[in-house]
Amino acid sequence: MSKVLVVTSGKGGVGKTTSTAALGAALAQAGENVVVVDFDVGLRNLDLVMGAERRVVFDMINVIQGDAKLAQALIRDKRIDNLSLLPASQTRDKDALTPEGVAKIVDQLREKFDWVICDSPAGIETGAIMAMRHADMAVVVTNPEVSSVRDSDRIIGMLDSKTLKAENGGRIDKHLLLTRYDPGRAARGEMLKVEDVLDILSIPLLGIVPESVDVLNASNVGSPVTLNSPSSGAAKAYFDAARRLRGEDVEVIVPIERKGLMGRLFGRRVA
Amino acid sequence: MNLLAWFRGERSAPVARERLQVLLAHERMASGHSELLNVLREEILAVIAKHIKVDREKVNIKLERGGDVATLEIDVEMPDALAVTAGRRGKAAA
Ligand SMILES: Nc1ncnc2c1ncn2[C@@H]1O[C@H](COP(=O)(O)OP(=O)(O)O)[C@@H](O)[C@H]1O
Ligand SMILES: [Mg+2]
Repeated sequence: MSKVLVVTSGKGGVGKTTSTAALGAALAQAGENVVVVDFDVGLRNLDLVMGAERRVVFDMINVIQGDAKLAQALIRDKRIDNLSLLPASQTRDKDALTPEGVAKIVDQLREKFDWVICDSPAGIETGAIMAMRHADMAVVVTNPEVSSVRDSDRIIGMLDSKTLKAENGGRIDKHLLLTRYDPGRAARGEMLKVEDVLDILSIPLLGIVPESVDVLNASNVGSPVTLNSPSSGAAKAYFDAARRLRGEDVEVIVPIERKGLMGRLFGRRVA
Repeated sequence: MNLLAWFRGERSAPVARERLQVLLAHERMASGHSELLNVLREEILAVIAKHIKVDREKVNIKLERGGDVATLEIDVEMPDALAVTAGRRGKAAA
């Protein structure tokens, strides 16, 4: 049975697109047939993070408006052939993304892929609702910081009321992905602790992705971090998260500061 | 960060946690209320519609939160003729 997964957050810049690419690639690396779908109309970025920006010919709105077939718009990844991308439109009017059009595309994608991963735009408006509408599961991407946690709380409320599954009396499967986590700051009491965020949002934890230069390097070269530096801490967190999404029982590891004692003392002094 | 504050054990994260807990408790209540209100409105309208023909626009439902009590206010503007009949039965005020 295919799964539709939305990667959402409310707040922008928390790591939705990065996580969509990394989780999509990690699931594909595990042998699943995956499509990542960019719902950020006008601000598409997933193509760039995936390194496919020069291969975009048609986008989702072309398909909805009947100007292209779905198969023509799908871009197959050059590195893993069971990973595809459906790009968002860059220029067109947001209203072109109709509920009926989206429903039809998601249905078609369900038939072709094991996983349909929808990268949500920021905000709590139509675009975000479109992205979550057909989801069976949600990854709520949150940074350990007040405004991100607050926005995640609102998004969780919307997942429980505005999705088709919720409207039909079902319950959408929600998972918390804590990203841009800085172990040093957490240890110094400058950043919300993992337990605090879990306590406040009360949805199960999918993983903790450390703030890492490997993520930036990966997006610089247009490759998901799980492909570009598979042995990095960030990639490991995404690999583990992907295994949990597949139903495996994997212990969550809280990243710790890797500096020595001197480094830590020094870090504290200059901070 | 301020070293002195650090040694005194003043961290900002616990403050963040507390502020969030208070704020979100309020926001969840507010959104819960708006959903409850929609359900109430529809069900109250359905009950009224069984007996009286009233205009949807003439039914006003408000949920107000004071300090310790919350009140549910239902304001139904009845058609003239019916108000008289209902009044005779002593049921005009809801
Ligand atoms: N774990 C991380 N470590 C370092 N930088 C990150 C991490 N996750 C995301 N970023 C960076 O944060 C920025 C916003 O990420 P992005 O995935 O585009 O967020 P969103 O899609 O939620 O707006 C990007 O520059 C990205 O490279
Ligand atoms: Mg994005």
